[in-house]
Amino acid sequence: MFTPHTPQDVEVMLKTIGVEKIEDLFDKLPEDFRFPDLKLPPQQTEMEIAADLDEISSSNGSTKELISFLGAGAYDHYTPAAVDNLLQRGEFYTAYTPYQPEISQGTLQAIFEYQSMIGQLTGMSVSNASHYDGATACAEAVIMAYHHFRGKRHKVLLSRALNPQYRQVVRTYMQGNPDLTITGDEQAVGIDADLKNFTALIDNDTAVVIVQYPDFFGRVINYKPLIEAAHAQGALVAVAVNPTALALLTPPGEIGADIVVGEGQPLGIPLSYGGPYLGFFAVNEELIRKISGRLVGQTTDVQGQLAYVLTLTAREQHIRREKATSNICSNQGLMMLASTIYLTLLGKQGFKQVANLCYQKAHYAASQINAVTGYSQVFSETPFFHEFVIKAPVNTEHLLLDLRGYDILGGYDLSHDYPELKNCLLIAVTEKMPRENIDFLHDTLLEVTHD
Amino acid sequence: MEYPKDLKYMKSDEWIKVENGIGTIGISDYAQDSLSDVVYVEFIVDPDQKVAAGEGLATVESVKAAAEVNMPVSGTILEINSGLSDTPEVLNQSPYGDGWLVKVQLDDESELDALMDAEAYEAYCQGR
Amino acid sequence: MTEPTVYELSSPGRVGFKFPEPDVEEVALPIGFEREDLPLPEMSELEVVRHFTRLSQKNYAIDLGFYPLGSCTMKYNPKINEVAARLPGFAYTHPLQPEESVQGNLYLMYTLQEWLKEIGGFAGVTLMPAAGAQGEFTGALMIRKYHLDHGQPQRKRILIPDSAHGTNPATSAMIGLEVVPLPSDERGNIDLEALKLLVDDRLAGLMLTNPNTLGLFDENVQEVIRVVHEAGGLVYGDGANMNALLGVLRPGDIGIDVLHYNLHKTFSTPHGGGGPGSGPVAVNEKLLPYLPDCVVTIVEPGDDENPPLFGFYHPEKSIGRLKSFYGHFGVMVRAYAYIAMHSGAGLRDIAEKAVLNANYLMHKLKETYTLPYDRTCMHEFVLEGFWKDIPDVHAFDIAKRLMDFDFHPPTNYFPLIVKEALMIEPTETETLETLDRFVDVMIQIAEEARTNPQLLHDAPHNTPVRRADELKAAKELVVCCYPLEELQK
Repeated sequence: MFTPHTPQDVEVMLKTIGVEKIEDLFDKLPEDFRFPDLKLPPQQTEMEIAADLDEISSSNGSTKELISFLGAGAYDHYTPAAVDNLLQRGEFYTAYTPYQPEISQGTLQAIFEYQSMIGQLTGMSVSNASHYDGATACAEAVIMAYHHFRGKRHKVLLSRALNPQYRQVVRTYMQGNPDLTITGDEQAVGIDADLKNFTALIDNDTAVVIVQYPDFFGRVINYKPLIEAAHAQGALVAVAVNPTALALLTPPGEIGADIVVGEGQPLGIPLSYGGPYLGFFAVNEELIRKISGRLVGQTTDVQGQLAYVLTLTAREQHIRREKATSNICSNQGLMMLASTIYLTLLGKQGFKQVANLCYQKAHYAASQINAVTGYSQVFSETPFFHEFVIKAPVNTEHLLLDLRGYDILGGYDLSHDYPELKNCLLIAVTEKMPRENIDFLHDTLLEVTHD
Repeated sequence: MEYPKDLKYMKSDEWIKVENGIGTIGISDYAQDSLSDVVYVEFIVDPDQKVAAGEGLATVESVKAAAEVNMPVSGTILEINSGLSDTPEVLNQSPYGDGWLVKVQLDDESELDALMDAEAYEAYCQGR
Repeated sequence: MTEPTVYELSSPGRVGFKFPEPDVEEVALPIGFEREDLPLPEMSELEVVRHFTRLSQKNYAIDLGFYPLGSCTMKYNPKINEVAARLPGFAYTHPLQPEESVQGNLYLMYTLQEWLKEIGGFAGVTLMPAAGAQGEFTGALMIRKYHLDHGQPQRKRILIPDSAHGTNPATSAMIGLEVVPLPSDERGNIDLEALKLLVDDRLAGLMLTNPNTLGLFDENVQEVIRVVHEAGGLVYGDGANMNALLGVLRPGDIGIDVLHYNLHKTFSTPHGGGGPGSGPVAVNEKLLPYLPDCVVTIVEPGDDENPPLFGFYHPEKSIGRLKSFYGHFGVMVRAYAYIAMHSGAGLRDIAEKAVLNANYLMHKLKETYTLPYDRTCMHEFVLEGFWKDIPDVHAFDIAKRLMDFDFHPPTNYFPLIVKEALMIEPTETETLETLDRFVDVMIQIAEEARTNPQLLHDAPHNTPVRRADELKAAKELVVCCYPLEELQK
């Protein structure tokens, strides 16, 4: 399809190589299996595949036409037109990893600016050039902490209010370290906002404590006492954040977090059914040499001109091989760029504005739902950002189906992950949600809730 | 390239000098040259720690490479040249002098017999 | 021209983007959590557009020219992919929507799984891994789990050829496997005798890149696989070089147990300056029960009137979850479009032309540059960027000089087993004219190396910046810029 060879070209090339036909180039491959007949559907032209994909994609219900209150780790935000327009410039889009600084200054400076803005946003001094997503960034934080203590601390504490998928990924990643105990998120430890039971688990064998801010239930909790307790035991603290919330809230760096990770999808990256997203990863200065993944630094060229390069590469897998602490190779280059453009364009005022809209509309939604008889907000005494938990008077599985009949995606059913939150929904509201739709949810709940 | 006669060497380019049962350990001139500019030294042992021969004691990083530094002999760490963390370039400037890494109390001086003398090490380096 | 950073371009009070005013009654922000300052840039939309456009112009890219970057498969990626991934029905679906509302997505994922099974000759596929390195992690973890499950916890040794990518040993070490390097023989194959000495009941498996990073197809691959299998080990295939095998050989057919695809490389997602990738993993029957969570399946078969109902299932002994949600769906859409546009014959054409282009370049260049392994190559080959009689000129200099002629340099100093390696992968999408121009330039550079080596040492001459001081970067570690006010302090 995209091979430009004319028959004459092929002839010239074969002659140069000194073989008769292209198949001869493969004569060292096992003969019995050479040139299999692949059972794939017939070739389509661009025009046909375009129509085909149009049809496949249209068979989905999307957040374009559905009223979606889904969040739980991925959020439906508005992305300014300029973001994707700039992103699609071929010079960004079709460039490789910036290993050759002389011809990659565009990507390198964009990463440098990304690192700077993530640092400012989280209150940390160093950010890398990104990981796959928030969940894997969490896992990398655990790996880093484990190696920081040279494997001499054997406990990792995960808050039960940390995104359940993040906790699963941490466990998957650490399977090769059987001497490590991952704990703290059992139902018995609980999800109370005072964190008493959880904090009590921190001891001098704890490598890292991970909490979420706002937490999985949307709650905004003051982690300062927890961080102090952890530091008193010599443990590191990693905070998984929602970046949009940090436009309004005290950044974790200011209350002493050692590591801040998070899901960067809210920063101008489409929902795209779960990926590709962006895992950001920032640390305080002491941990700069322990950070995995790519890092861009400023320097000068031979003529004294300002230049950017990948630095501290000696930590990475292509040099350290089996001595490397992480196998990370790619970063989420394009997603990183999207978020850099998004943050630059929204800037100080726009980013505060979007966060405030999320906050205000979510609070309006919470009060509207609370007003429906039988529905009540769980954790109502704890502040929240743009996500909150509602206990329904009916079976939530049926309720979600009923709402679906009104083109409403009524939130995330928490009972799968939290037996203690039976019939509870996690509801997210972003700047895109018009007041009418919140009112419509309120009216619909009234209508579909019988006894 | 210098290969001081009073030292013993490992194939992985560490040297050790023993005086009164106390060994000083570093990396060779050859090693610092092939690493080129060292930008970071990280010790992975602490004073008073017992370390067996062959185990890691530090990691040395240059712009493009990283090397593990291993114990030529078994012993107890007495002192760490922690100043290197701030001035890693000393490793390049003075690998046999101010660029030493650790001092150890040797468990068993006979372990030195397994190491190369300067002549053997020089021949080994030239063959690489 | 130095481009100022976004912080230097910022002016207090300037607004780049405005959202509507709230349409609900406002409530107070939580007390005790108010952020004091939000140090983000303040620029107009036009300034932002110009800034990033100017930055883009400092990049080299496939859309600008030839990118013979070995092991990276920098081929042309059709633009229809970008339109496809942005279709609202794909781009605006939330990953936690009920399955009945995303049947289009699930159909696409299911079909892609089926296609990848067929292309590689495997029994099952997971699309979840986020990149090749995570695919390797997935595969190695499945191998480990398989042995544990079969009462063989002592099988912790993983053999990795000395020519392998760094991710292979790094991945294995991450999951607690013991990495044993495997030497190559003088023809660039795995050293069979060395292999036989290393296999016993401690063997977990072998990680095999075939064609390997020298661009050579291992002539003894079936014997290698037999030896590993007989010792009770499994064979992991690193699919980084699948571009050479599409429609030519199915790794599953020759006994590879598990293989990751680099979906972005082989099946065309633009590299994006570093990612995203996508690393689906294909397995044979032995490893099916261990696939990571969330494989798409048919929950209810369809009939004449109704399409089948697609949904997720969780393999019984799954190694678990690798990332949030189900993988890089946007990359899957691109791969789907690409495979649909090629089908079997088109895929074979990719491999054939990739191999033809590589062999053509190799023949044209081997008189001028030392070719350490002189035999038919696959989609790439490795030259030495070094001449004994000009010891001052290195692969690095040749790479940099190529930039003066508007070419991206080949991969250099990898694989580690070739001195001063220049690893060249032309890909199938380049014309004969481009290849010939590259040959001319490479020969000219070889001549310059003798007649005017300073030209090479000083190169590149016309790039936005010249050779950069990497030592300074590593020592000073300036890794972020600060807002102007802070700089002025």
